[in-house]
Amino acid sequence: MNYMPRLDRRAFLVSSAAAGLTVGFHIPFFDEARAESTPPEINAWVVVKPDDTIVIRIARSEMGQGTRTGLAQLVAEELQCDWSKVTTEYPTPGMNVARNRVWQNFSTGGSRGIRDSNEYVRKGGAAARMMLLQAAANAWNVPTSECTAANSVITHKASGRTTTYGQVADAAGKLEAPKDVALKNPKDWTIAGKPLKRLDTLPKTNGTQLYGLDIKLPGMVVAAIKESPVWGGKVKSFDASKVTGKPGIKGVVQVGDNGVAVIGNTFYQAKTALADLPIEWDDGDNVKVSSATIAAMLKEGLDAQTAFVGNQKGDAKAALASAAKKVEAVYSYPFQAHATMEPMNATALYTSDKCQVWCPTQNGEAALAACAEAAGLPVKQCDVFKYDLGGGFGRRGMSDYVRQVVLIAKQMPGTPVKMVWSREEDMTHDFYHPITQCKLTAGFDNAGNLTALHMRISGQSILSYVFPANLQNGMDPAVFQGLTPNSPEGHFGYSIPNLLIDHAMRNTAVRPGFWRGVNTNHNAIYVECFMDELAHATGQDPLAFRQKLLADHPKHLAVLNAVADRVGWGKPPPPGIHRGLSQFMGYGSYVAAAAEVSVTDGRLKIHRIVAATNSGHAVNPAQIERQVAGSFVYGLSAALYGECTVKDGRMEQENFDSYDVMRMDEMPKVETIVMPSYDFWGGVGEPTIAVAAPAVFNAIFAATGKRIREIPLKNHDLRTA
Amino acid sequence: MVSLNINGKAHEVDVDPDTPLLWAIREWVGLTGTKYGCGIAQCGACTVHIDGVATRSCSVPVSAVTGNQITTIEGLAQNGVPHPVQKAWADNDVPQCGYCQSGMIMAAAALLKEKPKPSDADIDAAMTNICRCGTYQQVRAAIHAAATA
Repeated sequence: MNYMPRLDRRAFLVSSAAAGLTVGFHIPFFDEARAESTPPEINAWVVVKPDDTIVIRIARSEMGQGTRTGLAQLVAEELQCDWSKVTTEYPTPGMNVARNRVWQNFSTGGSRGIRDSNEYVRKGGAAARMMLLQAAANAWNVPTSECTAANSVITHKASGRTTTYGQVADAAGKLEAPKDVALKNPKDWTIAGKPLKRLDTLPKTNGTQLYGLDIKLPGMVVAAIKESPVWGGKVKSFDASKVTGKPGIKGVVQVGDNGVAVIGNTFYQAKTALADLPIEWDDGDNVKVSSATIAAMLKEGLDAQTAFVGNQKGDAKAALASAAKKVEAVYSYPFQAHATMEPMNATALYTSDKCQVWCPTQNGEAALAACAEAAGLPVKQCDVFKYDLGGGFGRRGMSDYVRQVVLIAKQMPGTPVKMVWSREEDMTHDFYHPITQCKLTAGFDNAGNLTALHMRISGQSILSYVFPANLQNGMDPAVFQGLTPNSPEGHFGYSIPNLLIDHAMRNTAVRPGFWRGVNTNHNAIYVECFMDELAHATGQDPLAFRQKLLADHPKHLAVLNAVADRVGWGKPPPPGIHRGLSQFMGYGSYVAAAAEVSVTDGRLKIHRIVAATNSGHAVNPAQIERQVAGSFVYGLSAALYGECTVKDGRMEQENFDSYDVMRMDEMPKVETIVMPSYDFWGGVGEPTIAVAAPAVFNAIFAATGKRIREIPLKNHDLRTA
Repeated sequence: MVSLNINGKAHEVDVDPDTPLLWAIREWVGLTGTKYGCGIAQCGACTVHIDGVATRSCSVPVSAVTGNQITTIEGLAQNGVPHPVQKAWADNDVPQCGYCQSGMIMAAAALLKEKPKPSDADIDAAMTNICRCGTYQQVRAAIHAAATA
């Protein structure tokens, strides 16, 4: 009944070879994954070893967001096990298919790991506890109801007997799973809801954490790849003879119709040879595309007659036509790369009857599907072994790199191939944060009340490119993240009698993708900076202006009030310091931020951020604080620097020298307010990114009188004339 | 053949002398704790110590360091005892994805050797490594904690 690979990365092996120190890690293979393993499985989520070690299975991918620890806390809470003996492992996507998707969804994105799976993983823990209790009761021949469990110990009070989970696990694993499983009231939690430390910190402090890029298999070769630099371009020809004689080079292969890979003993040799390889490309029509042509296309969409309607109330156009006062502004948001610290990579071993892939992925099942398709083998003859990601942020939800490595490995059956992208390949072949422009028009009556708002977004749709089947009559609902009338995923908090939010879809040759925060990032800038403009245009306090409009949405209002209180809104800031506010809803959570900045001789310093988040429940407040602080680094990197531009159909930024990100010296102090209301489940990793940029831009306006309407800030001069 | 002294041990490495130290460490010596992030000395994921000084190994050819003491993240602990920076990192639960953290830790250890009680400004100046998860706030706290340990 039990077929798990042993993925405990702490159990690595170190061996000394004659030529020097080589570090050999335990790397799982297909056959091992399907072999019977010794420790008893209680159910899909819980394995208990005889020494009372608890192995909790984690279906979602760990990429820094802490999902491994949070999900394990939820299982352990119901299992009532000894937390100090908890370890985790990933089931493989192939085993999920083989076991009728017992672990459900592997996809890790949209801040969904905990909020989507909390109920069934808690039930998994609770069911395992009930089975362990029953096994002990059976052994003692007493009613299960007389036995209690705590800290991996089972007690029969009447007789004074005790046993441990490890001692009854074998018997428990053979019992029928209980049908009715009750869950604890979160108010009674002792493991979940607590600020516990992460389970995976130690190997990340001593170099032993194994990433996909570190995999080494016996007889493995390494591939460096180059895909057409122009979007949609194809390989015309390449001259392999120019590099095949170089040291360590094994050969050159074409990858699909748009890539070429050099195979070597090492990545360094392969990438050096690839740089010298003459490749001729058929660029195709996209060579005419540039940032300017894309901007012109989006600008046309701002006033186009037809658009998809995401939120509508009253008659905004008529109300605007008769408004006593109108305010209008146009904003824009560029393409941005994910720039995960670990570049894309994957390792594959193809033989005539199997294909195995080892890789970092946010979507194990999609990676498995890509593997099977590229290999031309049935899914059941393929598997994917997941490695913790050196950053994901949405990029590794895509499986393009899995397809590539399998296409390479297929050309050398029996030889394991690790494919590694250079940073340059990574930055120029991303699935970018979508590009959009936005025109906002607001109307006021004579008393200064906001009576109408039209928000027109023009630009890319991610779903059109990534999951066209998920479009709704052509409309991409994800475009309206945080702007919908009533979606629990993110609804618009302001009550405006005449409202129209619509989207003129304008897709480009540059492929878009999901990105940490993604559509909420630009939507929040558009809404929250414009709200600030409206408050100032009508001489109202930005907090009071919002409070009035948020009266019907108490959860939106509560987080905004929390940051305003903490930052001291209404009291004078320290000399030279200026403040800005923002609030938004995304990924099912309510968030707000207040920023304190100064601008001296055009130089911005962000001194302090106060951020509030209501994610419904707070499974690990300490990790939420870290996610929130980190989200400001990601969000402010995007706001200050993030911009990928297009020239001659290709991306211009290739590395961190031209695609800068925030560093330590620019990091503000982030004070996080975790304020769960315990009546829903929201996400954590992404929501607060959205409020980072608008809070800071609004503070910049307070400091300088300058509005930042074109992102990023690096293109603006903040010096006052 | 190039001779490299890494973590107190001599290695004869059969590489082109122009090979960046990063790749010699990762692909010839087999120590993978030192990471590739950019290859152009921007991100700091490849930071090692060369004679105690934090150095971006992606941009140093092996031929330039044949007579030097090279320390990688694997060699930071002494006799199995974690370096105070490693301990502070674990105590403060600093890493998220962890990929940049070897470089961060090596940069922080070199900073503390030079300035045992660094100010925030010292930390800002020395810690120019990129972290995309955004651990900077915890990195700063851990450096201060290590300084007072």
